[in-house]
Amino acid sequence: MSGIKDRVAVVGVGCSKFGEHYDRSAEDLVCEAAFEAYADAGIEPARIQAAWVGTLSSGFSGTTLADFLKLYDIPVTRVENYCASGMDAFRNACLAVAAGMYDCVLALGFEKLRDSGQRGLGTFETHPVIGHGTTAPSLFAMAANRYFKTYGIGKDALAKVAVKNHHNGTMSPKAHFQMEVTEAQVLAAPLICSPLGLFDCCPTTDGAAAAIVCSREAARAIRADPIWVKGIGLAVTSGEPYLKPGFAYTGFPATRAAARSAYEQAGITPRDLDLCEVHDCFTITEILNYEDLGLCAPGEGARYVAEGRANIDGGAVAVNPSGGLKSFGHPIGATGVRMIYEVCQQLWHKAGRRQVKNAELGLAHNLGGPGAVGCVTVLGNG
Amino acid sequence: MAGVLATGVSIPRYRLPRELIAREWGGQAVGGEKAVANHDEDSLTLAVNAAVALGPEAEHADAVFFASTTSPWAEKQGAATIAAVLDLPAAVRTLDFGDTLRAGTSAVLAALDAIAGGARRVVVAAGECRLGEPESPGELSYGDAGAAVLLGPEAGAAEVVATHSLADEFLGTWRTRTQEFPRAFPGAFETRFGYARVLTEAVKGVLTRAGVTPAQLAAVALPTPNARAPQAVAKALGLDPKTQLQDGFWTTLGDTGAAQPLLMLAAALERARAGDLVLVAGYGDGADAILLRATGQAAAAGVHRQIEVKRTLASYGRYARFRRLVRKESQAADVSTPVTLWRDRKALLPLYGGRCPRCGTVQFPRHRVCIECGAADGLEDVKLARRGTLFTFTNDYLFESPDPPVCHAVVDLEGGGRLYVQVTDCDPERVEIDMPLELTFRKIHEGGGFHNYFWKARPL
Repeated sequence: MSGIKDRVAVVGVGCSKFGEHYDRSAEDLVCEAAFEAYADAGIEPARIQAAWVGTLSSGFSGTTLADFLKLYDIPVTRVENYCASGMDAFRNACLAVAAGMYDCVLALGFEKLRDSGQRGLGTFETHPVIGHGTTAPSLFAMAANRYFKTYGIGKDALAKVAVKNHHNGTMSPKAHFQMEVTEAQVLAAPLICSPLGLFDCCPTTDGAAAAIVCSREAARAIRADPIWVKGIGLAVTSGEPYLKPGFAYTGFPATRAAARSAYEQAGITPRDLDLCEVHDCFTITEILNYEDLGLCAPGEGARYVAEGRANIDGGAVAVNPSGGLKSFGHPIGATGVRMIYEVCQQLWHKAGRRQVKNAELGLAHNLGGPGAVGCVTVLGNG
Repeated sequence: MAGVLATGVSIPRYRLPRELIAREWGGQAVGGEKAVANHDEDSLTLAVNAAVALGPEAEHADAVFFASTTSPWAEKQGAATIAAVLDLPAAVRTLDFGDTLRAGTSAVLAALDAIAGGARRVVVAAGECRLGEPESPGELSYGDAGAAVLLGPEAGAAEVVATHSLADEFLGTWRTRTQEFPRAFPGAFETRFGYARVLTEAVKGVLTRAGVTPAQLAAVALPTPNARAPQAVAKALGLDPKTQLQDGFWTTLGDTGAAQPLLMLAAALERARAGDLVLVAGYGDGADAILLRATGQAAAAGVHRQIEVKRTLASYGRYARFRRLVRKESQAADVSTPVTLWRDRKALLPLYGGRCPRCGTVQFPRHRVCIECGAADGLEDVKLARRGTLFTFTNDYLFESPDPPVCHAVVDLEGGGRLYVQVTDCDPERVEIDMPLELTFRKIHEGGGFHNYFWKARPL
């Protein structure tokens, strides 16, 4: 396998304001993200030869994007892979360009969650009685309790993730929240799924994000500083890990497999990274992600954040400078592409107050289902 | 003659102190408490769990009878569900007995007839969840319980000495198809001219048949609609209420209806010594009386432990929520289909999983391809254990429930297999990793417009 390193590049990105958009439709958000990406790349919509749209439940088929953007008579494919739908849309766009079918395509993710009034992010039920009552936080809370038991740590470790990501969010104008929280506030918040409290959970957010992917030649023609795709890995494990004997609940094999593939294609180790945008749907998930992505050893995740190593200026690999899902928000299908947006801002050194100094190599990690779908992308500016 | 081979009971963990009911309505305080089915229990789950408690011999039954005046179905059999959970073959005879509080004892009489006709093992499982009208004597009185007996042609724990049964048209307590709550004619009409009259006649009848005098009886289990009613009958029969009457558990559990005689029989047999004569009676549109002689062979259903292991409801409101006596319009939109339930019946009811012939991994449900080694050559059926250890869990405050939070748990079963189920009947604060759990058959929801049953776990 040759991998995708330097064969395709991102030439433009866009991202809607994330938040509770009761007054705006999915169409409004998708158009905001897409036209920002066109403008960022300096291209006309007609330049797009194919598109992939990631959404969990806010639309069906390619028409959901085609009708908003009037992208007709070209291939448009809807991608659904749980909460990793957005990055899988981006991945499919990259693969099609790398295959030589197209030289300029659009990957866009979106979700309109606040229109439904549903509490939380919904469930994964596929059977009338097995797994009945499962909620998204419950699946990760079970990992938290097992992780606590395995490594002898407590809730305060999780709170530090929330404090960091809320702090980063204050420097992210497009984030859902620009609000500092204290460790005491996080620990005193009402329980959602023990041990996860309200501030351990990402919010329910509306938003859209877009990326324009080009071949090497087309990218160089469009801009002098494209962001190169160094590696993309995706791995799927059981969507019912709770029924898998021996599943340890102290990490997600899907992330580990996807990261291994992405690192291998990029020819890097985790230490080479300047920053990561990771899937912190819940605070425990971010801690598990540190370990699964190899930023630290198994069982060291709590210390990684407690010692400030995950901070923007922490002296190690900064994690979630955007504020992460925790603070930026998690419109499900949008998130994976929003992560690509953030890593590009960082690698273009346009991230303002949250800029990771001299960033050259960044990683984006999208996780779907009960840790079942892992997608990892490594991007570089050189 | 035939006998009782085993007894099993299923008493809900929840209790509602009668004082809370009195406080709610401003009525006079009556002592004691009543057993209240959890929101995920009904008369059928209580009967199923009582039948499961009969032990492995019940898995050889050739007939299963379900007795209840409160079957969750108006059309659809409960006994078939019990038979399916017990994993009985299709040739099993199943029948529901209902409509009268005598259903439990009448089902036992029918079981004895079946045994006389050649049946080897008959399960009689009673479950009762009568809903008392708010602010009525029934609300104070009715309690929920399940009780089962396994009968066979040999003596077992207690040999049937004689039976006597009589029918008697009497309108004392009733419920029409459109009435939600049982109604009783006010005053002492039924107690004196229904209950006392026919019970006395039935008991006398069985004693005459057996040639036994009242003084010879070690324990007499008379239906106990209230704490005092059996005493009048006992006195009329020349029994000593203090020493000969079996406790009906009205004070601790309430009037448990069709399940009550079987529950009392189970309790009586726990204490009985070899040779003791035990009489159990049922009342309603007549009366049944069954006289047994204990053999001294143990029949330990654990009645007293189940009475003692309990959780007290903190408010009348919680009880009202369990029994849907208060309106809630934001019910979760549960979905279901009978097709999946039928296709997966072997996994859902008798709880079969699969064992990989290549790597030996036990897994649930039975996958087509082994979850561990990928072998695709077919997994073997394996019945999963009903006990296990909690691997991890969470208390979920997000999912709507009549008894929040919902505790979800990953449970490693004894002998292999991992289940993902809710933990019920528990104090959420005291759930912890590595705690032992037992499985219990419960109603999961009513999506699709019908009752959806599966297993949950609970602390021992």
